[in-house]
Amino acid sequence: MEKTLYTLIVYSENIAGLLNQITAVFTRRQINIESLNVSASSIQGVHKYTITTWTDKDTIEKVVKQIEKKIEVMQAHYFTDDEIFHHEVALYKLSTPEFQQNPHASKVIRRHNGRIVEVNPVYCIVEKAGMSEEITSLYEELQAAGCMLQFVRSGRIAITKSCVERVNEYLAERETRYSQCKGQPQA
Amino acid sequence: MTGAEALMRSLEHQGVKTIFGYPGGSIMPVFDALYDHKKSLNHILVRHEQGAAHAAEGYARVSGEVGVCLVTSGPGATNTVTGIADAMIDSTPIVVIAGQVGTAFLGSDAFQEVDLVGITQPISKWSYQIRRAEDVAWAVARAFYIARSGRPGPVVLDFARNAQVETTEYEPLAVDFIRSYVPVPDTDPRSVEEAAALINAARRPLVLVGQGVELGNAHQELLDLIEKADMPCGCTLLGLSALPSEHRLNKGMLGMHGNLGPNVKTNECDVLVAVGMRFDDRVTSNLATYARQAKVIHLDIDPAEINKNVKVDVAVLGDCKQTLRMLAGKVAPAVRKEWVDSFAEYERTENEQVIEKEIHPQDGPLRMGEVARAVSEATGHQAILVTDVGQNQMMSARYFKFSRHRSIVTSGGLGTMGFGLPAAIGATFGRPDRTVCVFLGDGGLQMSIHELGTIMEQRSPVKIILLNNNFLGNVRQWQAMFFRHRYSFTPMMNPDYVKIASAYRIPGESVSRREDLPEAIRRMLATDGPYLLEVGVIEEGNVLPMTPPGGSVNEMLLDC
Repeated sequence: MEKTLYTLIVYSENIAGLLNQITAVFTRRQINIESLNVSASSIQGVHKYTITTWTDKDTIEKVVKQIEKKIEVMQAHYFTDDEIFHHEVALYKLSTPEFQQNPHASKVIRRHNGRIVEVNPVYCIVEKAGMSEEITSLYEELQAAGCMLQFVRSGRIAITKSCVERVNEYLAERETRYSQCKGQPQA
Repeated sequence: MTGAEALMRSLEHQGVKTIFGYPGGSIMPVFDALYDHKKSLNHILVRHEQGAAHAAEGYARVSGEVGVCLVTSGPGATNTVTGIADAMIDSTPIVVIAGQVGTAFLGSDAFQEVDLVGITQPISKWSYQIRRAEDVAWAVARAFYIARSGRPGPVVLDFARNAQVETTEYEPLAVDFIRSYVPVPDTDPRSVEEAAALINAARRPLVLVGQGVELGNAHQELLDLIEKADMPCGCTLLGLSALPSEHRLNKGMLGMHGNLGPNVKTNECDVLVAVGMRFDDRVTSNLATYARQAKVIHLDIDPAEINKNVKVDVAVLGDCKQTLRMLAGKVAPAVRKEWVDSFAEYERTENEQVIEKEIHPQDGPLRMGEVARAVSEATGHQAILVTDVGQNQMMSARYFKFSRHRSIVTSGGLGTMGFGLPAAIGATFGRPDRTVCVFLGDGGLQMSIHELGTIMEQRSPVKIILLNNNFLGNVRQWQAMFFRHRYSFTPMMNPDYVKIASAYRIPGESVSRREDLPEAIRRMLATDGPYLLEVGVIEEGNVLPMTPPGGSVNEMLLDC
């Protein structure tokens, strides 16, 4: 089946061991996680996971359902690249002497909107935020320019193109439902 | 009070009456507290922690209550892992409480320390470490709520030793809401309309009855639906007692060793209505040829089961007690005599070519099927059937008959040898008012033979029917069929089981002649308390019919 890069966005309670439970869903099926970002969301006590993986639609649907089944997971959704805005950050460490000898290198950085955040006689550090391909392309050009010492990139973070945060709606609905049925005997 | 005492109070608050367990270092404060609660919390000392987990499963399956087991850390905890995995795949509500080293020692490779939460997360519904005494009431309430609500399953509480001895205030606590957990999904009324429309337009509908009907206590709702719309049914292994065996619409068991009719008809029906079942590969065999001609309706409480193995046309999410009722209200009364009667031809064929030879053989050694049917008849088809795994399981499931709910306890998904004996012990505590018969083979009995000690001590009235063929029979059958009769490590040298039982003060006898069987069964059932009936059966008997691996449900072998 054809493979697509999917971005999963998962909202959960902030508890120890949950990352393990989520990655185990991938491990069991031997699906490789391409990138993973975990951080606090805009809602207090709610954590947001952004996971990218290459797989097919059938598999991603099952993976999402299995993740959502975990008791402390609130919601899990998957998206293709056209349904989200996504970004990464990267740091490029360049050799200062090499950099100075190569006039082409500084042009490359300017053309890619890279930001020089540290300069000393030994190395300088360039920071770049952008789409995956932009980050890779800057890396390749600097590598070609022969001044690259080290390179690191973050996992993807993503935000949906929809106007509302679905997890807010989910939480509001859950609370309302509970207060409605409270006091009544459970079925 | 101490955390250990808070645990006792919390268990009592949850209505727990029976605990299956085994003490050890890291759970000693809890066992010490238990000493003062012996009257209200009946603790059954098993002989191995795996037995505690299976006994809790057996207890839960027959009673509908949550089974509880209590073990120590390290090996005590890892010994329950098979039972936890078994409960997970068969949706059985149990709570496993294990000791753990004190929080100060976590991660230090302390004596009898294992990462139980890490080990059990993938095979449990919820796994949690209690690190503070004040969390006990909350964790226990949450554990029981999660284990029993929605699609039931096993929950693990990893109880750090310091939290057992530290003191806390205790307030009884009930949990009936977790914001991130939706036990029963909403039913979309349109899905019920669509399902009803499909059924009403159907000429040849077939219903697949799963354990969900038992778990949802939806027996009457199922009857209302199938009788109103006149729909024949096949039952999964775990759903066998969800519908009385003798009901005219019950066409038998699904799956690899199920009955011919419901399997063949799966590939002839025009609408397939699956209720609380998960299209396990032992039911579907080759998915590429499974019910391709049919519109598929799937009623389930777990959204993750929808489209997991079989793509469905209509998914009706929700508790099947409600969804079956809604569906029964929408379907039109119908008579589908021709379709219902069309199963008879397959019943005849199977009867002639398989069943008669198995349950009424004229000569030769005793056969597993005739033993199972004879025991079932001797109990008036009222008993609880517990099985181990293998030929004994398939044969007893095929030839036992059921007239009451929650009457089959077997390891379906995981196929755990050694399950039978401890699960049967659990069942006697879950339903002390009922007769419990466990069928096992010489292989499976020996995997849990130490639990005879538990039976001895408790006088648990387990009727043990040992079908002894001196082989690991199921594997042997496959070796004969698919591995050119190369019997690689399947013949078994056996001890004298009656003597072993006798050493445990369990009365018993061994029969191998057909004419001795009825009296032996009568003696077994007439005995107050446990009994071992060893039956020497045909060594190289085969379970038939059979859908060979990779085969289609409508191409069952009647001979091999």
